[in-house]
Amino acid sequence: MSSFEPRTGRAQVALAGARGVTADVLSGQPRRDVVRNSIFGALLFLAVIIALAGLALLVGDNLVKGWPRLTPELLGNGTSSLPDNAGLHSAIIGTLWIMAFVILFIVPIGIGSALYLEEYASGESRLARAVEVNIQNLAAVPSIIYGLLGLAFIARGPLSLGFTVLTASITLALLVLPVVVLVAREAIRAVPPSIREGSLALGATRWQTTRKQVLPAAIPGIATGVILAISRAIGETAPLIPLGAATFVTYDPSGPMSGFTAMPLVIFNWVKQPQPEFQVLAAAGIVVLLAVLIAMNSFAIWLRNRYEQRW
Amino acid sequence: MQSEEGVKPKLSSPRFILTGACAGLLALAASACGGDDSTGSEGSGPTSAGPSGSLHIDGSSTVGPLTQAVAEQFNAANPDVEISVGESGTGGGFEKFCAGETVINDASRPIESEEKALCKKGGIDYAQVQVANDALTVVLNNANPVSCLTVDQLAEIWRPDDPVGSWSEIAGLDPPFDAEVERFGPGTDSGTFDYFTDAINGEEGVQTKDYNNVGEDDNQTVTGVEGSEGGIGYFGYSYFKENEGNLKAAEIDGGDGCVAPSEAAVQDGTYAPLGRPLFIYVNRDELNGDEALGPFVQYYVDNVNEISPQVGFIPMTGEQQSMAKSAVAGS
Repeated sequence: MSSFEPRTGRAQVALAGARGVTADVLSGQPRRDVVRNSIFGALLFLAVIIALAGLALLVGDNLVKGWPRLTPELLGNGTSSLPDNAGLHSAIIGTLWIMAFVILFIVPIGIGSALYLEEYASGESRLARAVEVNIQNLAAVPSIIYGLLGLAFIARGPLSLGFTVLTASITLALLVLPVVVLVAREAIRAVPPSIREGSLALGATRWQTTRKQVLPAAIPGIATGVILAISRAIGETAPLIPLGAATFVTYDPSGPMSGFTAMPLVIFNWVKQPQPEFQVLAAAGIVVLLAVLIAMNSFAIWLRNRYEQRW
Repeated sequence: MQSEEGVKPKLSSPRFILTGACAGLLALAASACGGDDSTGSEGSGPTSAGPSGSLHIDGSSTVGPLTQAVAEQFNAANPDVEISVGESGTGGGFEKFCAGETVINDASRPIESEEKALCKKGGIDYAQVQVANDALTVVLNNANPVSCLTVDQLAEIWRPDDPVGSWSEIAGLDPPFDAEVERFGPGTDSGTFDYFTDAINGEEGVQTKDYNNVGEDDNQTVTGVEGSEGGIGYFGYSYFKENEGNLKAAEIDGGDGCVAPSEAAVQDGTYAPLGRPLFIYVNRDELNGDEALGPFVQYYVDNVNEISPQVGFIPMTGEQQSMAKSAVAGS
């Protein structure tokens, strides 16, 4: 304040007047507005608390219930009809196999679709718009529908792959592809046009521009989308049930054409068992599944923050 | 030029991360399985004479745990046989069995005529093998003073048309009890549903729609009946055994007096009409052709009576077991 003092008396009067008005405006908010402001803030805070409390309750409840069974044996034992011997080993292997192939499918197809829609198709074309609307709709289709689709066309019908890891992977890949495409498009759109224009102006082809400039810059965003999609796929149970997923296997799934089980299915099966020991196991299994999910989501966030481009 | 040099390495690193992450996950899956393959083959070294192959089993969620227990013990002696057991319900399982997608179907009731037709269409010849017994148990809330229900009284509760709304409306109830009836039962794909409706309402699949459908998850019936004074539900005996303190089982009067569900009452046939046999249906062609299925089914009928009590099932009588053995041998 003191650093700036007007020299003339008239200016001093003007300054004092201006200060007075400012103070008046700032302090003179009607009490009602102030109250409303704080109520609104409190409501928003409450919303956050409710959302977090739900998660905390879920984690806490299962952690307490499942604690006795959160042991290395849980990860080392296979499925069993005796609660003392039951574990998640074959389910974890099954989930890893399924997810590995889901990634193989969704990365090229998802990125390819997004690049086509953003870089090649002109936004005005009727086809591009139709595709866009449909992808958004697909993202909202209930997962059981994809399960039935997988049963009719992948397990049986044209592909006839049977009840295998590959069938599960393709079905889950179809389920999460819309998510990947939507997120990848956002990431590609976030690359400033000036980058493309600069590249094109220097004589690069569209392919060269996409490959050397747009894609590298968009990869953190795309990777985030892929990881979020996998996080969704990893917890899906409904589409796997019609695909003949076994709730019990005496072996570890060993490849794309192997029969399979997966973590959410085994947990679902444990919850259904009559013995109370299985309820404890189910709670422990839920904790493991949540831990995997949280780890993957944290990795996605880290990836985004670490490699995010600031233009 | 300068800016390009500055940007390029920074941009290429996330690509490494992405491919690295994918490769890592693939490698993890591959190595985990690779490790198990090697232990499997080590184990199979001395027992390489044993059968190998894979068996897909599906069907009743009531019989599923028994088949799983048998599979587990069979596998200990025959590690090269890969067995998977699903639980999509007796009816859902027959659909896959008759399409040749599974070699064994677990069933908590005998095969129906429509399913027979389906199997005929699919060219599947099958053998019916009894593996255990079950007491379909009607459970009540502990606060309910009623201890015995006749089949007619059960029908008043579960009949499709105009079922009673309150316990006080049931004819001849002893002692009288006044609370709203709240029903819990399995879904329509369940063999337990089929069996109960047939035995109580006289027609399979016919039952009041005014009930809480718990699907294939019988634990919901436990929770529901536990929490409702006028609650009533039905499920396999093992679910009752595991929750004996929290629920009570109604004695059933099938015409010859009240009989409580028990191992002995089911085996001697007095727990009528809700004592029932549990079956596996075996694909006959595979039984003769597949090197793993024959030994597995043989092991099943030879050992199931020892395994049954461990997982809460009522074993077969000696007579039933010899019939099961001849059903397997006859194919």
